Formats: sequence, C-alpha cells, structure tokens
Amino acid sequence: MNETLPERLAEIVEDFRLCQGREKLELLLQYAESLPPLPAHLEGRLDAMESVPECMTPVSVAVEWLADGAVFHFAVPAESPTVRGYAAIIAEGLRGATPEDILHLPSDFYMRMGLQEVVTSQRLNGMAAIVAHVKRLALARLEESPR
Amino acid sequence: MSEQYAHPEVLVETGWLMEHLQDPKIRIVESDEDPLLYETGHIPGAVKVDWFTTLQDPVRRDFINQEQFEALCQSLGIANDTTVIFYGDKNNWFACYAFWLFEYYGHEHLRILNGGRQKWLQEARPITREVPVYPPTTYRARPPKPEIRAFREDVFRHIEQNGALVDVRSPQEYTGELLHMPNYPQEGALRGGHIQGAVNIPWAMAVNPEDGTFKLPQALRELYQSKGITPDREVIAYCRIGERSSHTWFVLKYLLGYPQVRNYDGSWTEWGNLVGAPIEKGGG
Repeated sequence: MNETLPERLAEIVEDFRLCQGREKLELLLQYAESLPPLPAHLEGRLDAMESVPECMTPVSVAVEWLADGAVFHFAVPAESPTVRGYAAIIAEGLRGATPEDILHLPSDFYMRMGLQEVVTSQRLNGMAAIVAHVKRLALARLEESPR
Repeated sequence: MSEQYAHPEVLVETGWLMEHLQDPKIRIVESDEDPLLYETGHIPGAVKVDWFTTLQDPVRRDFINQEQFEALCQSLGIANDTTVIFYGDKNNWFACYAFWLFEYYGHEHLRILNGGRQKWLQEARPITREVPVYPPTTYRARPPKPEIRAFREDVFRHIEQNGALVDVRSPQEYTGELLHMPNYPQEGALRGGHIQGAVNIPWAMAVNPEDGTFKLPQALRELYQSKGITPDREVIAYCRIGERSSHTWFVLKYLLGYPQVRNYDGSWTEWGNLVGAPIEKGGG
C-alpha cells in the first residue's frame, strides 16, 4: 500500500505532530476558523450534499472533480469547531488530490498528528467518519469514470 | 401556578447571571462537549474545564483524584465558599458532569446555568475570547461522597436487589444496534445492548430543544415515572462513559428530589466489556 500522503496534507500532519499539548488545539482552532463558507451553488442546499454519519454533529460534504483534482466542500455547524477543524484539514489537505490519492490514504493517517493527546477517541470518530466518507466519494468517482 | 423543582436554587437563569458577571463570590465555569468551543468565545469572566484534559486522570481510567481536584480549584480561583456556576454546550451535558464531580469532592455551592451556552447565545448576550486569570486560592476538598457514584460491584448488587436502572443513551445504543454501524471503530465496547433490567430514557428528553432549558417539573416527573423510575427506589443512571448520565443524575436528584441516585461512570464502556456481566439486547 502506498503510504505517501498528498503533499499539503503531509505538511498539515507534520505541523500538528510538532505542536505540543494545547498548541495542537490552538492549531485546530485556526483550521476550524479557516473553513470556507459553501460556494454559491451549494449555499442553503444541504439536500445537494451527502451527510456523514457522525456521532453528535451533522456534517455534510460535496465534492467537485476539477481538471486538477478534487475540491471538497463541507457544511459543519459553527457550534462544533472541533469537527469544523477536521473538515478544514481534509478540504485543504486534499485540494487537488486524485481519487487514487484519496483511496490510498492510510485510514489512520491522522493519528500521526497526535490529536488523541488532546481530544477523546470518541471525538476522533468524527475524523474517522469524514475520512471514510471522502474515500467513498473517491471510489464512486473511479467507478463512474474508470481510467 | 406550576409546581417548583425540588431544589430550585441549583439553577440560575441567564438574566440573573448577566447581573452577576462581576460578582467576586461566584466563578463561572464552561464545560463543553466540543473541546474548542470555549476558545471561540465564552461568557465574560468564565474559565474552562475540559472533560478529557482537565477532569480525567491522564493514565488510569478515572477522574482526577482529590489532590488534583484541589490543585484545579486553586488554579481556577475557586475557594471553598465560592459559588460555582457551570454551563456548556449541548444542553449542559458536560456541565452536569463537572457539577457531579465537584459534588463528589464536596463542594457546597454549585449551580447550573439553565439553558447553558445555547440560551446565552440565543439571547445575544455578551461573549469574549479574553481568558481571565484569577489569583490562586487555598482549596481543601472534603471527603469524597461515594453515595453519588456507582462502581460495577454496586451495579451487580443493584440488579440483584431489583433497583432502578436508567440507560440514558440513544435507543440504538440501548438495543445494541449501534455497534453494527460502520465508522465507529473506537466505540469501545465488545458487546452491544444494555444492562439487564435497565429502561431507556435518553438524557436529552429532559430538556426543551428550543432553548436548552430543563423541562418543567410535571413533565420531568411523567417522563421518569412512566418508565418506573420512581423516587421510592434507588436509582443508578449510566450511559457510555458516564457524562450523559450525570445530566440525568442532576435532573433526578436536584430537579425532582429523588433521595438516592447514583451515576455509574464506568457505564457501557465498562459493562459491555466485562466478562459474564448480564446484558439484554433489543427493546426494553
């Protein structure tokens, strides 16, 4: 299995890994606040997005496959900054990734970030659910347009 | 005239708190399910406790010990006579856990902000990102109160004595379906279902979803009594790790005045892994 992460995602993982304790939460908050609003064509259209089964927080995701790869859009309530942070990491880290890149993501890559030191395993389920869902979207893309 | 809660003094309303933000005899404490929420803005003067990084022991599966609790209170500027007012997200779920823990270590003056974070924000009351620092206090915890905490041995005895057990998780967790759902790799129990004899009353049924406030006494009484959770019985509440059930513990003990209520904080992540422990699956 190919263990390399897309370049930007690898940088993000490394940034988190180097942070200690509370710094990890501060960095996650920065990502949470950087999550872009939905583009105009998805605004107010949760019905056009897929919902990610996640423990306590409603998460919706849509993907566009552009010539230079994936663009993920997430809708996460403002009162769930931790999950917003996860979504922003995935959206930024996988910008431009191919479906193959995404399918090859080790499903536990985020454990290298060390977030389990500051958030409970239950809360990390949110990240696991988002990763599992973007992989499903990548698989669907490959099935509809085999290369 | 509607009836009162059994101990109405444990609730404070948002309007009252607004008038007491500068009161040196109180300390406002935010305790959230989402560990980043406090940082996005909190009630002016409020300090933060985090379930995972503040209130749990980093090594053993247990909450902090008496010495760690004293150090925590000292660092938050809480003295023995300070009135501590908890609030948080998601209907005060983790706020009630913090309340339960503070009661366990004998703190006398504890309150919950009715409606919590949700109501405060809905009313467009002020929030700030400024993290306050208070002069450290000298704090002495009182001897722990074992009568509000159940261990697994207590639960076994409780089953034999036909005591009342409330499972406050979702119906899917109660019936045992949830372990079969994908994407829950760390759910933490090898078996699904509920403790033998437990009834299912999801914790959030005790609040009004519109503003996060507690339901009125009559509605609460009907909610629990209709399922056989009555004040003449000893009651143990549990959930997955003992946080949602501390909310129900609070409702039964303080809002309805039940004399004997304990929170089993080992909860399903302990019971669902215990060899030989009696489990039921399906509807109750």
